[in-house]
Amino acid sequence: MSEPRILEVRTSILKRNDEVAREMREEFRRAGMVVVNLVSSPGSGKTRLLYETLVRLRRAGRSVAAIVGDVETDRDARRLAASGAPVRQIMTHGLCHLEAEMVRRELQAWPPQHVDCLFIENVGNLVCPTSWDLGESLRVALLSVAEGEDKPLKYPGLFNTADVAVITKTDLAEACDFDRAAALDALAAVRPGMPVIETSAKSGAGLDAWITLLEARRP
Amino acid sequence: MHELSIAMRVVDLAAARCRDAGGDAVTAVTVRVGRLAAVHGGALAAAFEMAREGTPLAEATLRVVDVPVRVWCPQCRAEADLTDVVPLACPACGRPTGDLRAGHELEVESIEVVGPRGGTVEAGR
Repeated sequence: MSEPRILEVRTSILKRNDEVAREMREEFRRAGMVVVNLVSSPGSGKTRLLYETLVRLRRAGRSVAAIVGDVETDRDARRLAASGAPVRQIMTHGLCHLEAEMVRRELQAWPPQHVDCLFIENVGNLVCPTSWDLGESLRVALLSVAEGEDKPLKYPGLFNTADVAVITKTDLAEACDFDRAAALDALAAVRPGMPVIETSAKSGAGLDAWITLLEARRP
Repeated sequence: MHELSIAMRVVDLAAARCRDAGGDAVTAVTVRVGRLAAVHGGALAAAFEMAREGTPLAEATLRVVDVPVRVWCPQCRAEADLTDVVPLACPACGRPTGDLRAGHELEVESIEVVGPRGGTVEAGR
């Protein structure tokens, strides 16, 4: 047997995912779509915020659609479908995040006709979705007032990759002794300068600002 | 915990590179993992042992190079590695900065292969 030799590889381990994501991003851009990847811990209010978002955008005459990822069940898809928007559920059966290929497969089997805004609700997880690009134009990280102001400090990788942070469930802020300044400091510590929107899907507070931000992203 | 799927991609990438280079087997793989890449080195090593079975990497060792978070400070006009990842701020002047120059890496840097060097060598054996 010959001497061992060292070969340089210098290739991203997620190269395949990155390639698929890049292709999708280009397709989305050409189709004039805004694609939003919602990431957060389980229970931070992704589905509720998304439901209100779908309802409001539809009321404004926008064409919207959603893909929702969960480990099991289609409960979230059924909740979201009540908004009237087309919704697809991806069940990952154990996988802790969505991958670009999974989203592309879903879109191939289900081509929504002319969508202005596509939402991808990721599996609730503050670690694993970090490195998986889904071709989104906007990555939005949610932080509920009930889960602790220091979540961004504990999970800096995910919050660092977000373009926008949405603080959710502000109607519960007082009951949870939510320290608003500490939460804003924590977000700034892991992603200086990131826009932060404070919302309550229940009361409707902050939703206009959130919708305005999405509308501004339209090409 | 998605280290197994990461490990399987490492094995696929390394095996393909080995095959392209005309090698018989991979004896070592070096991967670079950024501090913010959400991948745990120890879990990756354990997953790698499972993923390599029955492949040209069956005997391969895995070397994980941890890549620290590196920021660019516009005030100091310099890059700096961070010991602590939070807050993301210049360690020299303390100014917050989100301008990351390293820390999200997840890549196969190199492999060590044994076997013929290429077509001509193999033909001459």
